[in-house]
Amino acid sequence: MSIKMTREELAASINYKFPKTNWMDTPVVFKKGTYNNAAVPDSITYVNQPNPRKWQPYEDDWKLPENWQTIILEGLRERLHKFRSLKLFMDICVRCGACADKCHFYLGSGDPKNMPVLRAELLRAVYRKDFTTAGKLMGKIAGARELTFDVLKEWFYYFYQCTQCRRCSVFCPYGIDTAEITFIARELMNLIGVNIDWVMTPVANSHRTGNHLGIQPHGFVDSIEFAVDDLEEITGIRVQAPINKKGAEVLFVTPSADYFGEPHYYTLLGYLALFHEVGLDYTWSTYASEGGNFGSFVSHELMKVLNAKIYAEAKRLKVKWIIGGECGHMWRVLHQYMDTLNGPADFLETPVSPITGTKFEHARSTKMIHITEFTADLIRHNKIKLDPSRNDHWHATFHDSCNPARAIGLFEEPRYILKHVLNKFTEMPDNTIREQTFCCGSGAGLGTEENFEMRMRGGFPRANAAKYVNEKYGVNVVACICAIDKATLVPLFNYWVPGLEVAGVHEFVGNALVMKGEKPRELDMRQQPLHGKEEESKNV
Amino acid sequence: MGLLFSIFTFIILLAIAFIGAYVEGLHYLFGIVLPYIAFAVFIIGIVVRIIKWAQSPVPFRITTTCGQQRSLDFIKQNKIDNPFTGLQTFIRMFFEIILFRSLFRNTKAGIKENKLTYGANKWLWLFSIVFHYSFLIIVLRHFRFFTEPVPSFVPFIQEIDGFFQIGLPIIYLTTIGITVGLLYLLARRIFDNQVRYISLASDYLPLFLILSIAITGILMRHFFKVDLTPVKQLTLSILSFQPILPADVNPIFYIHLFFVCTLLIYFPMSKLVHMPGIFLSPTRNLANNNRAKRHINPWNSDFKMHYHTYEEYEDEFREVMRDVGLPLEKEEKNVD
Repeated sequence: MSIKMTREELAASINYKFPKTNWMDTPVVFKKGTYNNAAVPDSITYVNQPNPRKWQPYEDDWKLPENWQTIILEGLRERLHKFRSLKLFMDICVRCGACADKCHFYLGSGDPKNMPVLRAELLRAVYRKDFTTAGKLMGKIAGARELTFDVLKEWFYYFYQCTQCRRCSVFCPYGIDTAEITFIARELMNLIGVNIDWVMTPVANSHRTGNHLGIQPHGFVDSIEFAVDDLEEITGIRVQAPINKKGAEVLFVTPSADYFGEPHYYTLLGYLALFHEVGLDYTWSTYASEGGNFGSFVSHELMKVLNAKIYAEAKRLKVKWIIGGECGHMWRVLHQYMDTLNGPADFLETPVSPITGTKFEHARSTKMIHITEFTADLIRHNKIKLDPSRNDHWHATFHDSCNPARAIGLFEEPRYILKHVLNKFTEMPDNTIREQTFCCGSGAGLGTEENFEMRMRGGFPRANAAKYVNEKYGVNVVACICAIDKATLVPLFNYWVPGLEVAGVHEFVGNALVMKGEKPRELDMRQQPLHGKEEESKNV
Repeated sequence: MGLLFSIFTFIILLAIAFIGAYVEGLHYLFGIVLPYIAFAVFIIGIVVRIIKWAQSPVPFRITTTCGQQRSLDFIKQNKIDNPFTGLQTFIRMFFEIILFRSLFRNTKAGIKENKLTYGANKWLWLFSIVFHYSFLIIVLRHFRFFTEPVPSFVPFIQEIDGFFQIGLPIIYLTTIGITVGLLYLLARRIFDNQVRYISLASDYLPLFLILSIAITGILMRHFFKVDLTPVKQLTLSILSFQPILPADVNPIFYIHLFFVCTLLIYFPMSKLVHMPGIFLSPTRNLANNNRAKRHINPWNSDFKMHYHTYEEYEDEFREVMRDVGLPLEKEEKNVD
């Protein structure tokens, strides 16, 4: 991977000392490996966003519109009128410092501007300068500063060094949510075309093809058929995987990484096996082939536009309700934004599990439930037969993904499943799980190669906790319910905790699920020999 | 720099206070006019601030969930940290405001031999609680100067506050509480590198102001043993809008009053608005029932951007979709 420092060197480079200079007088340095590339003009053009052009953050000229300050300040004024959260969070922070050491980027970089309080002060200082009397009159001494190009550089660097994980907002005595501030700061920067490629290109792809990877319908069909073949090889059963099927009971939407990435793919096999086994009448969609929403990493409008496809497709296919797969930020959007942005989903019905009869009352408005809610309910009602010993080659822990944790409170559903499909399960330390969980360090669009050092720094607290259970209890796999986790925890652990694997919850479900008419299982979803089977196959 | 500026500002304020206290001709200004202005600024300022906040809508329900959600009946919901109903949300807010629940979670991270450690860190919570409650009780105790007859809760509070009966006049627990609390908050701003680095002038100034109010109060009660009869005459006359300036008010009282007035005026334009602000915080005061109850964004229709419809999608990909046997909405133009 693109980092020269060893993990020992990187860890040793972290210290929590403070520079001699005041933070306002400490300019940003674009150090290779710690920031993301700018968005390419084609992607910006495709979704009709402002100022498409070629530029890079390390350059001296960002080719901004002449009146860029005015555009941002007017944008800020508009958003102060539109978001009470913003207005309040600008005014009420007392700088008590409770958030300071809660951010994974601060813990991994020691850079004071990664303390959530200072990240927010970057915006607050500009707010004070232009929207408060004290700031107008007294300037710097009142904590105000003018929006200069240098300030914009800091905005770009630090607001794209926040993964909107909201851990700080758990500890803030006033509930100030840095994700909300980052959200709006990114939205403001987007007004002048300051955004990153790993967000904007997936947005453009998703807009056009329905998914971030730009997979066209035939590619999607191929992937699913490929998975059906693989599952047949493992289980001896050829499952049905209907696509764009009208009149199915359920629409299933999952992040596109599930059918193209590893180890996501093994989770996909788990979904396929489970839906077949319980006889769920469902359909995939090529048009709504993405649960993830990179639009939510840049603006509320793009979030809405990308999310709109899910309800539109549910309506077109005349399904009754929707299940969402394992994904983090996707679930933040589905849970906290979708109904408001694209609802009401009055053409759908309150989800009722056709297998158990459970009515999911808590989703009676959005009509969409999380796959772990669906599966936990199946297990509770003994509707599936499980053989947890098929996962005996795994000793798992569970990494709570930021968004399902702090935007939903989805803590026990996945754990309930894991405890039924696995024999060996050990939690990481309390300060690092559930609502205090640490981000993978690569969320909110930051999971790029060029940003690799900063990702390893941001993921350090998570890796550190995982390493603890790995060394002390022999944990060899981290289970999670987020596609970005699955993509980025792998290199993170390769770097910090070599040998530690990453898997989706439904991969373990797929392994443990005893299917009617299956052949004796010798391989797990990764097509590796099951525990004990390795010896047997040698003896034969 | 923030600290020096605050000290400098404070010295100027102190000088003004002394002038007001010892130049008799200014007593009318400092004893009557200023309190009226300060009180008006405080009330109007807070109301305006709250109205300004309230004018902006809450477009999305962005609760921060700190416990298990309500979902399946065999999974126990954490009703305080992840409220689903209005009552549960009220309880969450109650704990937040009355007990500073989020601050109680505070931890201290450290790095040792390349490993991160997290320790409990309740000091900030403890001293914040001590300070805020002492301040509140002191304000309530002061009702004996503003009311005639004195409401019965005042002597009750006084009795509890002076429970240990130490000293004469009795030293109140809150006198010690507010002083110790403020000194802790000030000390960590000055001596804790992390907190000093983020502190602005406006973070020190309120501490100085409240500390000087406390100290002048202590001086009046325990050292100068100020006769409070004329003070009460003054406050009652002000409250009845028939202000009379009594003779024989000890100058130290004017200093005390000046700092109180300064604090009142400063309050609505400073970070001290966190007091009303906490009630409006959308990550805390909204129920996490997003999937059960639709939240309305009043400006949702401002989003004008067109989403890519299925029809447009099928138009672009119809050929390849047909090739792999996907059902189509429109079966037009056969390429063969």
